[in-house]
Amino acid sequence: MKKNKITFKARWHHFKQKLTKTTRDPIMMMTILFVITALSLFIIYPLYKILRESFMLQGNFTLTHYEKAFTLPSNLEILRNTIVLGFTVAIISTIIGFIFAYSNAYLKLPNKKIFNAIAILPIVSPPFVIALSTILLFGRKGLITNGLLGWTNTNVYGFKGLVFVQVLTFFPIAFLLLVGLLQKIDPSVEEAARDLGASRWNVFKTITLPLMVPGLANAFLLVFIQTVADFGNPMVIGGNYTTLAVQVYLQGIGNYDIGGGTVLAVILLMISISLFMIQKYFVGKKSYITVTGKVSRARELITDKHIIRPIYYFNLFITFLVGLVYALVPLGSFVKLWGIDYSLSLSHYKYVFDVGLEPIKDTTMLALISTPITGILAMIIAFLVVRREFIGKNFIEFTSMLSIAIPGTVIGLGYVITYNQKPLVLTGTGIILVIAFIMRTMPVGIRSGIASLQQIDPSIEEAAHDLGASSAKVFTSVTLPMIRPAFFSGLVTGFVRSMTLVSTVIFLVSAKYNMLTVAILSQVDVGRIGVASAYSTILILIVTVAIWIMKMLLSRLGASQGDFEI
Amino acid sequence: MKEAKGVVLKNLTKKFLTQDGKEVVAVDNINLEVNPGEFITLLGPSGCGKTTTLRMIAGFETPSSGEILIGNQIVDNLTPDKRDTALVFQNYALFPHMDVYNNVAYGLKIQKKSKSEVSERVNKILDLMKMEDMIYRVPSQMSGGQQQRVSLARALVMEPGVLLFDEPLSNLDAKLRLHMRYEIRKIQQKVGITSIYVTHDQEEAMSLSDKVVVMNKGIIEQIGTPQEIYQKPINEFVANFIGAANILDAEIIEYNEGIVKINIYDKEYTVNVDKVYEARQKVRILVRPEGITIDKDDFDALVTKSVYMGDNQEYEVDFNGKIVQINNHNPFGKKTYKENEILKFGFDERSIHIF
Repeated sequence: MKKNKITFKARWHHFKQKLTKTTRDPIMMMTILFVITALSLFIIYPLYKILRESFMLQGNFTLTHYEKAFTLPSNLEILRNTIVLGFTVAIISTIIGFIFAYSNAYLKLPNKKIFNAIAILPIVSPPFVIALSTILLFGRKGLITNGLLGWTNTNVYGFKGLVFVQVLTFFPIAFLLLVGLLQKIDPSVEEAARDLGASRWNVFKTITLPLMVPGLANAFLLVFIQTVADFGNPMVIGGNYTTLAVQVYLQGIGNYDIGGGTVLAVILLMISISLFMIQKYFVGKKSYITVTGKVSRARELITDKHIIRPIYYFNLFITFLVGLVYALVPLGSFVKLWGIDYSLSLSHYKYVFDVGLEPIKDTTMLALISTPITGILAMIIAFLVVRREFIGKNFIEFTSMLSIAIPGTVIGLGYVITYNQKPLVLTGTGIILVIAFIMRTMPVGIRSGIASLQQIDPSIEEAAHDLGASSAKVFTSVTLPMIRPAFFSGLVTGFVRSMTLVSTVIFLVSAKYNMLTVAILSQVDVGRIGVASAYSTILILIVTVAIWIMKMLLSRLGASQGDFEI
Repeated sequence: MKEAKGVVLKNLTKKFLTQDGKEVVAVDNINLEVNPGEFITLLGPSGCGKTTTLRMIAGFETPSSGEILIGNQIVDNLTPDKRDTALVFQNYALFPHMDVYNNVAYGLKIQKKSKSEVSERVNKILDLMKMEDMIYRVPSQMSGGQQQRVSLARALVMEPGVLLFDEPLSNLDAKLRLHMRYEIRKIQQKVGITSIYVTHDQEEAMSLSDKVVVMNKGIIEQIGTPQEIYQKPINEFVANFIGAANILDAEIIEYNEGIVKINIYDKEYTVNVDKVYEARQKVRILVRPEGITIDKDDFDALVTKSVYMGDNQEYEVDFNGKIVQINNHNPFGKKTYKENEILKFGFDERSIHIF
């Protein structure tokens, strides 16, 4: 049989239709142009510059950087480190995330709410709080290693410490993904298996687990991507175990070897993007769970003691670890000299207030500027992608989703080499930091915007349009109020993520604008763990207060509790 | 096929606690006996406890009190996998990651039957269901009707002592529902399996069952053959729930050995009865719309609604301030009445049921 081929004429006709649809509405056209320009300038162009730079030596095309990069044994080790770390962390995180998710969806456990809160906490917290407190716990002067066990020569820096920290940081990603999928499994499918004679274990083995295989693969890949792109944790606790993301910075900024840095950035980008592609187009598409669709009735939770007990204690243990880790940083900030002199002291805070208040002010201010822009822009993009047909839609959709997969260090390096020269000199300004915040935090908002828009019948917006509202009016008066939950949670996550961003901004800080996270890193670097803890405590405080204030504001504005989810 | 088993429910009760701590009695002390090979239907409005009862028999809900016997064995302490029942789910509940063959073979594989026995039995049942050319399809590639057939095959292949159905046809469109109804009954009679079927659709219940159990608010209102529950409902709830019902006041004139003379709006009728009545006793009677004959001189009433349905002309008339429904079968060539016309009618004596 001959395949149905779309003729050129039909395509042209289609294109013309889209063109007239796009140009008919000037406000929409301007918006689309603006979005496309922004994405091109701050995502695509910097990446292109990195790629170009990696092939350039004094204005000529060359492969020298690649040759050097691939023959240097230390680089090969770094590459190996990155992969091994990603693999290890992704596997352990997926397992822990699955156990938490399973106990949430299937078991009748006490303290479920606490387990859930703990499982989400690392997502909203600054990335290296866990690394910092791990040093306080297990370092040379660590509370457990030195204080409790009396060891004097422990080395927490390196692979093991890094795995520990990254697992605690990233298992929530796996948890959130898996718990959503587990809740979507129709309980009657498992009841059917039970009814046909399968024991509980058999049901788990032959039904639940096989149904979750795509989800588990998905969680594994997502954690892998995050681990590979992670900059803060390896920087703080990696020690001699260097990863690609760190080396991009060390090479590009530390050693002023832009050529070498860009090559590493290209390699890192390739790894991340291929993982992302596998995740999105291969594993992500393969889901059994949507097949059954609506859940028919609530699941009967498992109450068998021999199943519940071990899982309960496991959850309790992880919860204890996470809790301990978070309690330790504030504690550490009030102690004179950790491991030696445990007397209470405000000296670290005095130092912060005397010497280094600037980063706190700057970070908060710039995050406050970028947050509303991010929120609105994310919803506009989500709206365009879901609801409109126009030329360039695929570009917008693809680029904004792709930016999730781009490691922060790569974008950071890209901004440095792109915007330190004419026509657009932005390095050293606050603008480039705001742009970095927006570009790094927007994809999450876009994703939740798209998800909630897809659940709303487009005919509601069509009705508004039909009744005389312009497309801008439709967006502000109908669309935005309907996707309010996604918008608000986008605002909060945008702010939190901006405050805690390290990887990109470390390339962009200047004498004029220093960032809180970067300040913490440099304190850790010179061994002032107490001051770093004080900074971190302040950061946690700001983030918590911000979340709290937004919650208050929102409930005042009439948003229901359910509208507010991070 | 293995032997069909009977089911006995003794003083079965199920209480639930709601979110706000209130106790709800879903099933209230019911007793029921199902004979081996019998097809019985639990029929009732939503929330009447029929599905809870079925799920207790399958083992998914634990009774608050009372006991369940399957084939003379008390099963209260057996988990669903240990009970000799197979359930056909409302939403089919096929395993989405398995093809038709593996879905149907699942239970046999769990029992660790030999490969040859599994394939023989699965193929036999798929032949019976006329699905032999679909064995490699996965659920997402099948229509609702096909999925339901697989679901039935998956239960039948287990040769269970009791086959349970939880509103299996409610997700299908009307035509397919009629067809599947017929198929289920045919297969059930062919294999002679004890079946308990839950539905809220009275037509389904009547056309499928040997016996219908009408439930309401956790109790059993009536157990009977389809004819009994339709023609001689035990109370007004059953009368109203099963089909359309005209319920009117009347007075007994005299009772004489299974026959009463009864006064209905000053007209005298003679009716055969099972119960004993006294003279001058006030009673309520049921007359189905098709038990009323038009163009009879007994009464006249104003037509308030007249609808042509093809096979029937359906009327509603204002009869002494009460709405009475009348079905005139096969209106082809007969006189029909429009709204606001006066229609004469009378009751068909054999169609009067006295509560």
